Amino acid sequence: MAEPVRPVLPADQKIMLAGLAVALVFLAAALVLPLGFLLVRAFQDAQGGFVGLANVAQYLSTPSLAASVVNSLWTAALVTLVVVPLAFTYAYALTRSCIPLRLLFRAVMLLPVLAPSLLPALSLVYLFGNQGFLRGALMGAPLQGPVGIVLAQCVACFPHAAMILAVALSAADARLFEAAASLRAGRWRILATVTLPGARGGLASAAVVVFTLVVTDFGIPKVIGGNFPVLATEVYKQVVGQQNFNMGAVVGLILLLPALAAYGFDRWANAAQESVFSGRAVPYTPRPRTGRDLPLFVFCCAIAGLLLAVVGMAVWGSFIQFWPWNLALTLDNYDFGRFDPAGWSSLGNSLVFAALTAGLGTGVIFLVAWLLERGPRLPALSGPLRFLAAVPLAVPGLVLGLAYILFFNAPWNPLGVMYGTLGILVLNSLVHFYTVCHLTAVTAIRQLDPEFESVSASLGVPVWVTFWRVTLPICLPAILEIAAYLFMSAMTTVSAVIFLYGPDTKPASVAVVHMDETGQVSAAAAMAVVLLGLNLAVKLAQLGLGAALGRGMQRWRRR
Amino acid sequence: MRRSLLLAIAAGISLFSAEARAQSRTRLTVYTALENEQLAPYKAAAERAVPGIEIAWVRDSTGVITARLLAERANPRADMVWGLSVFSLLSLESQDMLEPYTPQGASALRPNMRSAREPMTWTGMDAYVAAICFNRVVAQQRGLPRPSSWADLLNPAFRGQVVMPNPASSGTGFLTMAGWIGSMGEAPAWTYMTGLHENIQLYTHSGSAPCNNAARGEYAAGISFDMRSVTLRNQGAPIDIIIPTDGVGFDLEATAIMRGTRNLEAARRLADWTVSREANEAYGRFFALLAHPDASASVPNYPADFAQRLVSQDFAGLSARREELLREWTRRFDGKSAPR
Amino acid sequence: MDAPLRRQIRPALSYLRLSAIGKRHGAFQALRGVELSVAEGEFLCLLGPSGCGKTTLLRAIAGLDPPSEGRIEQAGRDITALPPAARDFGIVFQSYALFPNLTAAANITYGLRGGAWPRARRQARLEELLALVGLAEHAGKYPAQLSGGQQQRVAIARALAASPGLLLLDEPLAALDAVVRHRLRAEIRALQQRLRITTIMVTHDQEEALAVADRIAVMNQGRIEQLGSPEELYLRPATGFVAGFIGRASQFRAMVEAPGLLRLGGLSLRAAMDLPAGAAARGFIRPEDVLPDPQGMPARIRAIAFEGPVCRLQLALPELVLEAEWPPAAVAGLAPGAEIRIALPRVLAFADG
Repeated sequence: MAEPVRPVLPADQKIMLAGLAVALVFLAAALVLPLGFLLVRAFQDAQGGFVGLANVAQYLSTPSLAASVVNSLWTAALVTLVVVPLAFTYAYALTRSCIPLRLLFRAVMLLPVLAPSLLPALSLVYLFGNQGFLRGALMGAPLQGPVGIVLAQCVACFPHAAMILAVALSAADARLFEAAASLRAGRWRILATVTLPGARGGLASAAVVVFTLVVTDFGIPKVIGGNFPVLATEVYKQVVGQQNFNMGAVVGLILLLPALAAYGFDRWANAAQESVFSGRAVPYTPRPRTGRDLPLFVFCCAIAGLLLAVVGMAVWGSFIQFWPWNLALTLDNYDFGRFDPAGWSSLGNSLVFAALTAGLGTGVIFLVAWLLERGPRLPALSGPLRFLAAVPLAVPGLVLGLAYILFFNAPWNPLGVMYGTLGILVLNSLVHFYTVCHLTAVTAIRQLDPEFESVSASLGVPVWVTFWRVTLPICLPAILEIAAYLFMSAMTTVSAVIFLYGPDTKPASVAVVHMDETGQVSAAAAMAVVLLGLNLAVKLAQLGLGAALGRGMQRWRRR
Repeated sequence: MRRSLLLAIAAGISLFSAEARAQSRTRLTVYTALENEQLAPYKAAAERAVPGIEIAWVRDSTGVITARLLAERANPRADMVWGLSVFSLLSLESQDMLEPYTPQGASALRPNMRSAREPMTWTGMDAYVAAICFNRVVAQQRGLPRPSSWADLLNPAFRGQVVMPNPASSGTGFLTMAGWIGSMGEAPAWTYMTGLHENIQLYTHSGSAPCNNAARGEYAAGISFDMRSVTLRNQGAPIDIIIPTDGVGFDLEATAIMRGTRNLEAARRLADWTVSREANEAYGRFFALLAHPDASASVPNYPADFAQRLVSQDFAGLSARREELLREWTRRFDGKSAPR
Repeated sequence: MDAPLRRQIRPALSYLRLSAIGKRHGAFQALRGVELSVAEGEFLCLLGPSGCGKTTLLRAIAGLDPPSEGRIEQAGRDITALPPAARDFGIVFQSYALFPNLTAAANITYGLRGGAWPRARRQARLEELLALVGLAEHAGKYPAQLSGGQQQRVAIARALAASPGLLLLDEPLAALDAVVRHRLRAEIRALQQRLRITTIMVTHDQEEALAVADRIAVMNQGRIEQLGSPEELYLRPATGFVAGFIGRASQFRAMVEAPGLLRLGGLSLRAAMDLPAGAAARGFIRPEDVLPDPQGMPARIRAIAFEGPVCRLQLALPELVLEAEWPPAAVAGLAPGAEIRIALPRVLAFADG
């Protein structure tokens, strides 16, 4: 038997390998260690003594547990079943049809993530509450409870699903459609045999993201869930209600389980996904067809109208004196100094915080996704990294925020210098919103021909040149999407940062919560509307930039 | 290019380093659960009266602030706590997180509104009480009688019209429950809560939500605390603040110095001022019952016999039994909290 | 070792030499003991069914997936462990992997960077290459604006840009329709002849391999079954697999009655083989080796298809069905159902199983 070959790793591959190692260290420090610090408390008593599974056993005997597990699972499943088909149809209309106003629909679909979750919750109260304009519409069912949770989660999760599916559907090889058409496949058959399989990975990711978001979100159940117990509010009850971190850690552990199952499902569904966008692929350009476009246009109008109504309601709410007793219009609610000592300054904090999160986060996340997809194959590194990239989605913000205090504020931790600064808010949000961005990046990169790097290697071109000249330009729409998503998420996030802001770094999203707690609903709505406006501006800038790129740099997409 | 990069890095460093903001005055980081509108006047008055300090607030709800303080225990970030529920302070005290210090003049405070230890670990500011936010418009629409006592809420007419905070999620909820136990005795209190459960539409997660809900007309009666109701009524909500006549639980807002503060001297000077009559009169613009017996409250709309309605409250005892009481409450009411 | 395998080694001319190449993917042995030597300027095809290891071998030569064991020498240099960039080759993938956001010109000059390629030199080389592949007027177009054939020529030009010593082609014609495929394979061959560049092409299409290659390595289950010129493979296949894979043949199973004699039911056939009496054998008869012979054995015509220069007949014997290719003149007057007599002068046989 001949000597085994020890391949010489070229410099660029070595650097990529080092990059993967750095990424692993980064995620370990920013995610694993903090979470570990918190979750280990699940096995300790309040004094830090080891108690084994005693907390778990005690929690499992809590009467509300079984109900909250079942409730969490069925509401999440229902929301997934409602949202994913709707989002798929909407994304399909945006990417594979010739309906007018596509840019507008793209902007409107994101409205719910543009604003703090207070806005849709408030609108639902204004619409369907006991004093609401459509109070009969729920046929006597109380809004506060499962009805409110499902309605509000559908609105809140729609943009996430639509965003993932729009990316998954945006790349299509026209030749597949031509081949199918030449085989006289009907339109529905093409949908079933070409379109859906092509978007299988995107569909799975969207379903996983929606399901996990619903299971882990505590904001909506807290505001509009009434006393309908779900797992996420159990964490809130333990941590904020009773300051029982040990039990909070137990629930946090339990919450990770459905998310881990979802991760497995996603891996399985994406395993066989092949790149659809080889260098030889011909980008699919839809041609107008009334039979398809008209129903899709009506559908998009309906969805967009619904989203606009929900958000519009709250915008109106920011201009009224006091709902529902005094509906006179006023601008007083925007004089934030009257309601919050920080006044308008928290918006400045939010802008800096969101810009840093978007800037740093987009770079880090896209680079890591690229290293994972196109770097040297070393399962010992890439396996754990892929797993860690999927975990943040499953971690409730509350748990992550608390974990960050415990880890970064430990006296021995040199990273503690970040504590109380914007830096820790940025790091926390980057990690908190990692998964969706990672999925977007991976989806975009997988649509590139897997041989690009091989070609570069054969031509003696280092891989980062190809990254710069080919990967980045082709993925630019997805990169802009990620940046905008991070910016908007950072502008509206509450659950984690509420534990982490310092005296000078209170973000506007937290101010919204504070004003709402004080009963200054209109002022809270007003600040939420300002956040919405800023996010909308960023989103429109991103879309406009994307469109300009489409005309310039991306001429190649046209036949 | 290189220059602007350096500038950007410098800007980044200054952004990330709190040290860069060092000032000549001693900056005290004060954690608080005070209402937004109290922060500015208290800060202004304190900085005027205590030279050389600057107050940097970190404000959040009682639960969040307490959770933060406990989580930061290994390396406290707060110099002081000013305006936090005494239940929370007792829980911090039990974990040895408070700096023992008797502020100058603290002995003048009402004995039941300050720490019993020597030296003291906390000093009270004022009392806030459980109250009913009652929406007049909804009551008229539904023909509900105006309640004046807790017992009135058992009237079947209120079915589905009462909202209260979940004691397991909210400090206000626990304070309310503690008041019932204090005034009725433990067994009758559970009987009362079982009866009330029939009328309750929602147990909310936040203490302010019931009153906010009542103010918006979602429900007729929200069990909350008095301070909240005043703000809402001033905004034009058609609500009455009812302080039930059959005994109400109350909670203290209190002040303490965090053990491990790096600004102990300045914190002590601020603590001295927080127990002063001048400070208490500032509290008196928002609360009726003040810790300083000589300070007069200027807040309107409180019944004259307000102080007599307060039940005698054993804070330390309740605090110690908190977990046990909540487990019992959860067992009785939380598991079956499917909406009706 | 089989006789044909021994003939391949021409050390003086060997440009690329592979010895004892093995590649393992976990438990799966993708390549085993591959020996191969390619002469300078030679056009070699790696031919085999899918999964036979031909693409794995090509990627091992390219250094994209280095082999687990063995040794690769190119122009006398041991390149076994070298990364692709340190080797000297150009490659065209089945997908072409053209950069969709770069023009044809930018794709072609992609590797011409650094101090060795000042602007003027790069431009000159680009024009040279565009002329070589006949795309001068398409230089500014993006891949999506080019036809499949044009895309392939861009990919070839890109692979040739830095004048590599070795050109690797991975199923370059697989994605094209039949007419374009025929034309392009002739173009590839002509280009290779003009440049005299050592070329290795992977294909699963034997007709394509026969048409372009100087020599063909037929691969099966991670091994080279036979290496030889198209004629050698066709006329003197070394194994049953090669006999069945290359060219057309009627196949049948038989017993070896005595050395050189096959028994198939009532039929005895002379065959060129090395099998002992009693062995199970697989026999192959090429269509052109079925000849009309008045003294031969009887057969019935089942079908006749006219194909221009030849007619294809299906002949039924009691023991087997044969395919024959006869000139139209020899078929004149015959019709399905007619009985004729044939001779089988050349029967190939190999051990069965």
